[in-house]
Amino acid sequence: MAEAPTTGGRRLGLHAVLVAASLAMVAPFAWQIITSLKTLSEATKVPPSVLPSGHWENYGEVFGLLPFGDQFLNTVLMAAGRTVGQVLLCSMAAYAFARLRFPGKRLLFGLFLSVLMVPPQLFIIPQYQIMSSLGWLNSLQALIVPGLFSAFGVFLLRQFFLGLPRELEEAARLDGAGPLRIYWSIMLPLARPGLVALGVLVLLWSWNDLFWPLVVNTDPEQMTLSAGLTALQGQFQTNYPVLMAGSLLASLPVIAVFVFLQRQFIQGIAHTGIKG
Amino acid sequence: MTLTTRRSVTKAAPARHRPRRKDRAVEALWGYAFIAPVGLGLAVFYLWPVLQTAYFSFTEWGAFGGHTWTGLENYLRLAVDPEMGRALVNTLTYTVLGLLAIPLAIVFAALLNTKGLRGVGVYRTMFFLPVVTMPVAIAMVWRWLYNGDYGLINQVLSLVGIDGPNWIADPATALPALVVVGIWSSVGYNLIIFLAGMQAIPKEYYEAAAIDGAGPVRQFFKVTLPLLSPTAFFVSVVSVIGSLQLFDLVYVMSGSGSSARSNPAFPRLETVVQLFYERAFVTNDRGYAAAIVMALLMLIIALTAFQFRLQRRWVHYG
Repeated sequence: MAEAPTTGGRRLGLHAVLVAASLAMVAPFAWQIITSLKTLSEATKVPPSVLPSGHWENYGEVFGLLPFGDQFLNTVLMAAGRTVGQVLLCSMAAYAFARLRFPGKRLLFGLFLSVLMVPPQLFIIPQYQIMSSLGWLNSLQALIVPGLFSAFGVFLLRQFFLGLPRELEEAARLDGAGPLRIYWSIMLPLARPGLVALGVLVLLWSWNDLFWPLVVNTDPEQMTLSAGLTALQGQFQTNYPVLMAGSLLASLPVIAVFVFLQRQFIQGIAHTGIKG
Repeated sequence: MTLTTRRSVTKAAPARHRPRRKDRAVEALWGYAFIAPVGLGLAVFYLWPVLQTAYFSFTEWGAFGGHTWTGLENYLRLAVDPEMGRALVNTLTYTVLGLLAIPLAIVFAALLNTKGLRGVGVYRTMFFLPVVTMPVAIAMVWRWLYNGDYGLINQVLSLVGIDGPNWIADPATALPALVVVGIWSSVGYNLIIFLAGMQAIPKEYYEAAAIDGAGPVRQFFKVTLPLLSPTAFFVSVVSVIGSLQLFDLVYVMSGSGSSARSNPAFPRLETVVQLFYERAFVTNDRGYAAAIVMALLMLIIALTAFQFRLQRRWVHYG
């Protein structure tokens, strides 16, 4: 709201409301951290203690109960593989749709878009069958390969390429550069903000993905962290300090990436407005 | 400028006529080559599977993976399946109540959009934190907060003499408790979009409103809200589609996997996609599961179309 004659008192009230709301957003995380450092008997004390005794053993216990190292690595490789793959493959297709002329372009783009309209649950049974018939269940390929292709990524990057100035590529074309050179040496560097925006979104969605990893990789060593956590919960319903330590360890990496790339995350979401 | 002149020179040269035709063919080949990797991947893993799922919804699956055509039987079963009925009611209730995140996000976005406010970045980060946190982790934390005996919420309530319920294990409170978590975790996402929308509103509108003597509250209702309505429409369409597909949060909050069924509130929590998961991958009734997601697809199409019809009543364009 513009130019409101905001007095000091009104501003203070505004901050009070915002601080209260921020506390509501942060308190669950604070309680998660506090609980993760308590012993089970401390955590179930009535009334509860606010300061934990520093029972770091909970974190060690997560590593003992889950093949946490394997699951961490699986999650890193899945997220990295999907992110790099999507940014590369989608940017290629997006460049073609934005700049090259070829028969059937509109029809093909329409087909791509139609994938965006379908809820992802409709892909899952056949995708699972493909994985199963390739012998890829419980493998890294299962986690990565279907996630390499994204209509959303093509759509987002095409919009981005369409907004880029044409002068540089025209000049390069006159100097004899072919489409591959133009794509690689001119379009990709120019589109960097768009590529980063897509990259951070894919990274976030892949890291946090549950349904697909839960379905295809059921061996504990092959699970991702999200699926591993649900398994931990399944066998460990009530040991909340250990569950809090595990959930914190699993979600922290993406939160850390977010803190560093906050602007890109927020731009990515503000520009696309699409949820994972 | 020089570039355009040079281009028009080449265009005019008659000797370039035949090679340009070849150039066009080469360009088209490059075009196909560039879209081939994603195109083939989408065809194999996305487009063909949609058709297969549609086909599967008319089949029944045997114990060893074979399937036989059964016509409309799955759909007839679906129409009278009490579990599907409950899942539909739960999902729709969650979806409608979850829309409360939109006015909440608009109000906080407007507060954050106050001119010259300090610490906007910090507030925005805190609202956004749940959006980047793994839903499984969020669900676990809230499960703990909601714990009937030792959860923080009931402990605080007991300070003021209230004996809190066993939130997510109590059929009366389970779904509202889930909605609260859904709103808590999505409000920051909506807020970012609304904030971007508000920042795109030209300052002149506010100046004109101020000259007419409108204070901040009137400006909000007369300028911000109408100009934000296309954004709100977009967010509402996306939220409804997302809520109808709720899985992660409810899967963990109801108790993860087989133990979920021992939660007395499970019938009040189970969503359509959760039922799909069970039928497709726990009981391996994949033909029926395919019918469930086909019904979900139709529901999504219907509710989206409904929102597009309604938008004429409340969305202001330009």
